[in-house]
Amino acid sequence: MAANWRDYLIQAAYLAASVLFILGLKGLTAPDKARRGMQLAAIGMLVAVVGTLFHQQIITPIWIFTGLVLGSGIGAAISIWMPMTAIPQRTAISHACGALAATLVGIAHYHFMTVVLPATQQAETGTIPGPLSAVEMGALGFEVMFGSLTITGSLMAFGKLQGLLPSAPITYRFQNGLNIGLFVVTVCLFFYLVITPSTASAHAAVFYLMALIGLGVGVLIVVPIGGADMPVVISLLNSYAGLASSAMGIALGTTC
Amino acid sequence: METTTLTIPVLQLYVFILAGFVGYLVITKVPALLHTPLMSATNAISGISLVGSLVAAGGGQGALATVLGFLAVTAATVNVVGGFMITDRMLKMFKRQERK
Repeated sequence: MAANWRDYLIQAAYLAASVLFILGLKGLTAPDKARRGMQLAAIGMLVAVVGTLFHQQIITPIWIFTGLVLGSGIGAAISIWMPMTAIPQRTAISHACGALAATLVGIAHYHFMTVVLPATQQAETGTIPGPLSAVEMGALGFEVMFGSLTITGSLMAFGKLQGLLPSAPITYRFQNGLNIGLFVVTVCLFFYLVITPSTASAHAAVFYLMALIGLGVGVLIVVPIGGADMPVVISLLNSYAGLASSAMGIALGTTC
Repeated sequence: METTTLTIPVLQLYVFILAGFVGYLVITKVPALLHTPLMSATNAISGISLVGSLVAAGGGQGALATVLGFLAVTAATVNVVGGFMITDRMLKMFKRQERK
């Protein structure tokens, strides 16, 4: 498949964005360079977003622009009106939103690849495409698994910091066993999804089950942590969200 | 160089590993003073998941993908816009102290 000007533009945009992100983070190594660095990173994000909009697969822009405008309004409102003492909570809410986005994209992509695409291909050519490759499924499963627990984990962190939930650690017998057990179950479901072909009948059920359990895991692992340790939890969830975003990149990169 | 089906995942693995190193090396140099803006900044940057949401919402991939994609775009934009604005607010405070 020959590359046209769109593909060059998009790849150049992503490359520029990557460089700008790294320069932006580097700016944070010194207080006097920090603000300028962050502005570079923001430009990088803008470049990546604008570049993506040139993607040939974007055919219904109305929802995109509505979402962008709505999201910008909400994001700006939160950051302008939230008091500076509430920074950790605000970051937790932001996380929950970012993880929600990653998880929803994972679900949407899975549904597209296993339900919509086979249906349209069946109608057009009478054949159905093969199952998702192990790499794609692995990336999608990873994205949804970590995305879902980051959503609820971040919301729990927000609740504890904001005082909506008891700040004291909530512990109960067999808690560690239950948490580890649930996580192991989630990982086993993940391996099932990767090993069995996505055309198998139980595949979808297992996929959504894994997402649901992931949501539960997110709640349960934050519950025993005290309110004062929430910033550490948020940093950890931050890296999970980053991993989920990387997984999304791998999943979408292989199929687009 | 012949490309096999293994080439793209391997290249992606290279990017992932190298990016991991870069991340580690850059972030460990951030002074404790800037850790809170760092938390907010890396949160905003992980909002690159907005890019994935754009394709899901606008790619004509069916009703479910479009609805989920729209919600994802909105959520991701809240994350990105809010994240960068709040980090800027925090860093503005630092600048005033520096000038004193």
